[in-house]
Amino acid sequence: MQLMSDFSQRRHHHVRFTERQYIAILKRPVDSSGELFYEAPDRIEKRTLLPRPESMVLEGDTVTIRRGARTFTLALRDHPEIAPLIESIRATLVGDLAFLQSAYEVSFVSSAAEWTLKLVPRDARAAALIAQIRIAGSMDRIREMEFLRADGDRSVMTTVAEPAG
Amino acid sequence: MRSRTLALWIWAVLMLIATVIVARAHYTADFSAFLPRVPSQAQELLVQQLRNGPVSRLILIGIEGADEPARVRLSRDMAQRLRSNAAYRSIQNGEPVNLARDRDFLFKNRYLLSERLTPERFSGTGLQSALQEGIDLLSSSMGFLSRDLYLRDPTGETLAVLAQFDESISRPKTVSGVWVSPDHRRALLVAETRAEGSDSDGQALAIATIRSTFAQLRANPSVASAATTSLRLTGPGVFADDARTTIKAEALRLLILSSMLIATLLLCVYRSLPAVLLGFLPVACGALVGVAAVALGSGVVHGVTLGFGVTLIGESVDYSIYHFLQAPGGEQRYASTTALWPTIRLGLLTSVCGFASLLPSGFPGLAQLGLYSIAGLVAAGLVTRFVLPVLIPRGITIHPATALGASFSRLLMGIRSLRTLLWCIPLLAGIVLFAKSGRLWNHELSALSPVSQAAQAIDAELRADLGAPDVRTLVVVSGPDREGVLRATEAVGSRLQKLVEESVIDGFQTPARYLPSQQTQERRRDTLPTADELRVRLQVARSSLPVEPQQLAPFVEDIEATRTGPLISPADLQGTDFAAGVDALLIRQATRWNALLPLQAISSGPGAFVIDVARVRQAIVAAAPQDIELTVLDLKQATDDLYDSYLTEAIGASIAGLVAIVVLLSITLRSLAQVARVVTPLILAVLVVMSGLLLAGHMLTILHLVGLLLVFAIGSNYALFFARARADADPAASHRILASLLIANATTVIGFGVLAFSAVPVLANLGSTVAPGAFLALLFSAALAGDMRHGAESA
Repeated sequence: MQLMSDFSQRRHHHVRFTERQYIAILKRPVDSSGELFYEAPDRIEKRTLLPRPESMVLEGDTVTIRRGARTFTLALRDHPEIAPLIESIRATLVGDLAFLQSAYEVSFVSSAAEWTLKLVPRDARAAALIAQIRIAGSMDRIREMEFLRADGDRSVMTTVAEPAG
Repeated sequence: MRSRTLALWIWAVLMLIATVIVARAHYTADFSAFLPRVPSQAQELLVQQLRNGPVSRLILIGIEGADEPARVRLSRDMAQRLRSNAAYRSIQNGEPVNLARDRDFLFKNRYLLSERLTPERFSGTGLQSALQEGIDLLSSSMGFLSRDLYLRDPTGETLAVLAQFDESISRPKTVSGVWVSPDHRRALLVAETRAEGSDSDGQALAIATIRSTFAQLRANPSVASAATTSLRLTGPGVFADDARTTIKAEALRLLILSSMLIATLLLCVYRSLPAVLLGFLPVACGALVGVAAVALGSGVVHGVTLGFGVTLIGESVDYSIYHFLQAPGGEQRYASTTALWPTIRLGLLTSVCGFASLLPSGFPGLAQLGLYSIAGLVAAGLVTRFVLPVLIPRGITIHPATALGASFSRLLMGIRSLRTLLWCIPLLAGIVLFAKSGRLWNHELSALSPVSQAAQAIDAELRADLGAPDVRTLVVVSGPDREGVLRATEAVGSRLQKLVEESVIDGFQTPARYLPSQQTQERRRDTLPTADELRVRLQVARSSLPVEPQQLAPFVEDIEATRTGPLISPADLQGTDFAAGVDALLIRQATRWNALLPLQAISSGPGAFVIDVARVRQAIVAAAPQDIELTVLDLKQATDDLYDSYLTEAIGASIAGLVAIVVLLSITLRSLAQVARVVTPLILAVLVVMSGLLLAGHMLTILHLVGLLLVFAIGSNYALFFARARADADPAASHRILASLLIANATTVIGFGVLAFSAVPVLANLGSTVAPGAFLALLFSAALAGDMRHGAESA
């Protein structure tokens, strides 16, 4: 897949994001926004600015969350409830097609202007959490990532490239 | 004849009894030999901490080599295996262990544990902002954790408590959930043994199990690259275990080496193997009686006593040398003992006076060595006097080394012409001692530490990797009941928190974090609204809530359950990771409760690794109510103080021993001139050795002091022979005496000279003091004795 090899060429990446989460028990969605940074080979930072500043860094297998004066550190393998989610995002950004194909049923649809990548977990435990991940974009840009949880909750993250400079 | 047979019988029976006692005695190899006998209350706590405290039970483990995945895998496998072993209280490597139980405990007791539970928290406006925080949390990266709990915990209290626990300890870096060093070169684990620090066998077993588990895992072919990994261990127990093994091995190795050297020397002189073997008989009997005496006297025999004892009574080899070499015409069988005995006896009594000064020492180890030496020397002396002459087989002829004596005599003539120079010694020594007067004695216990530089370096590295600088400062909160102690601990904790904010310390641990006082729990519980009040308040906040108030019924239920339920008791902690923390930090000691708050020094900047104890003391002092005692314990400072007090005590006792020797000599010799002639060369020898050690850059330790005492004890034999030499003695007799002294001196110098090259500081200190000291004592005694034949005339 050309797209994946394009992704794997990239050393840095920096976008703005807005995320809207639809949670069944809540009567309205919750919003957040901030910036995403990607640093080859495997460092991703999600820097949330609103509603409350926070930073989440994924490096190797370790997630570090800074919130106010507090820092939480956790290992992905100790938290199977989030591991598939985070790993799929990273695999996509890194262009690790082999990993994606081993963990997900991957389907790719593209037209001249748009492409959509759909991931459905193969592993039953992961499937119990995540029903589907949909990543859409144009050319070598990711425009939107949608995570559909098995319980019906859903979050949509829209990304906009940071103007150069 | 009959009396000689009787002596043999008595000897045989006594040796048999001694053997039985030795066989039945209890032996211990822990370091209690170096802990005080009659401690004060503060010392008792210190000693308890050193021997059994949580710090004493930690083993720091580093896995190096191969690649990171292999190290991480080994860390996980090793932790898993060791966790199932009852020898360890806990194995930490960064993995959450009792995660489910910990979360249950945390979740169930979140409103009793949360420091945010102020009266405003669940009041009208307080609740609104608390709920808003909960909503923000949902959209955050922590959302995956808070979402499932949201309807029970809409204010995010569980995460707040989690953070509160989490930040109490600064954690090492993790890779794949496993602790690693900042440079990623090592995987790190911390084991806490169930065996107390003083249980040296238990510690040794726990250490050996870690090593064997690692070896097994490494050999496992499933991780191919693991074969190139290696293990690093450190911690108080590891140090003690290494020290014990090293001292044991060194003491034995050096004893064998010096015995062989001495035996070879004696064989050359005696030219009779039976005579050489008989020559060792007094020492062997002395060692046996020494151990038996200690077993009877104090019940338990320390390893140090066994290790050093034989060295201390090594001078009893000299007795048989005098016996064999001073008899005229090779008539060893019955002759000469009667003539020789008074001098040997006086030398023996002098040594006993010297060693008696060790008896009152607060170091049980030193006191035992004193007792051992006294009993051993007396036994060796008696065996030389009554048993040896009977046992020497007929027909053994030892040719006295008269020729050697004669050449030594000629040499001494030359030295004596220089003896006025000897008077420069006190002057020069005085200058050295004055110049070094501030740095004469080493007041740190670590001066005796048998831990090698390399081992200390690894210890420092692993501690730095773990972000756990050596815990050497503790705040101890002590009082009559648990609740009172916990309340005071909370008051101290809030003051320590200020010190953390001011960067005086990096952090601290406290049992109250996991087990708040009943008072605090009640105060938090009292802030919780009733179910009806809460429903009303939620209704008021309806517009800003992302859920319908009715959906939050589980939240209302949980608040009500906490409001009307029991407080947290220590039993609730069982089975969680927090239990270990409370057990280690909240200790019942007879009728008192002690809470321990280990302080963590900041690890960077100008004040790195050092805690300003005075500042801590000043900050917390006002936090104590009447019946509570607050102590800031600096473990290193306190141990050094303890050692220092022993040293002062030992110096005093040694001076007293010196006075006793002078009194003894005055009574026996009945001539002050004679006493002066005996004591002066010994004092000169001691002064020269002290100056020499100081000039060589050493600072004196308690072992040097024991060594100086030995120089005095051994040297007194030489001095007495010279001082008692008769003016009318024939040259052959005086040459025989000189030869025997020279050989006796050579054995001493060999025995202690070998020790001087030991890698164990205690052994080396002793050797480097006694070997030159004994030689100088002989030299000075000879030089000051006056001409052997004309001495009496000039006296």
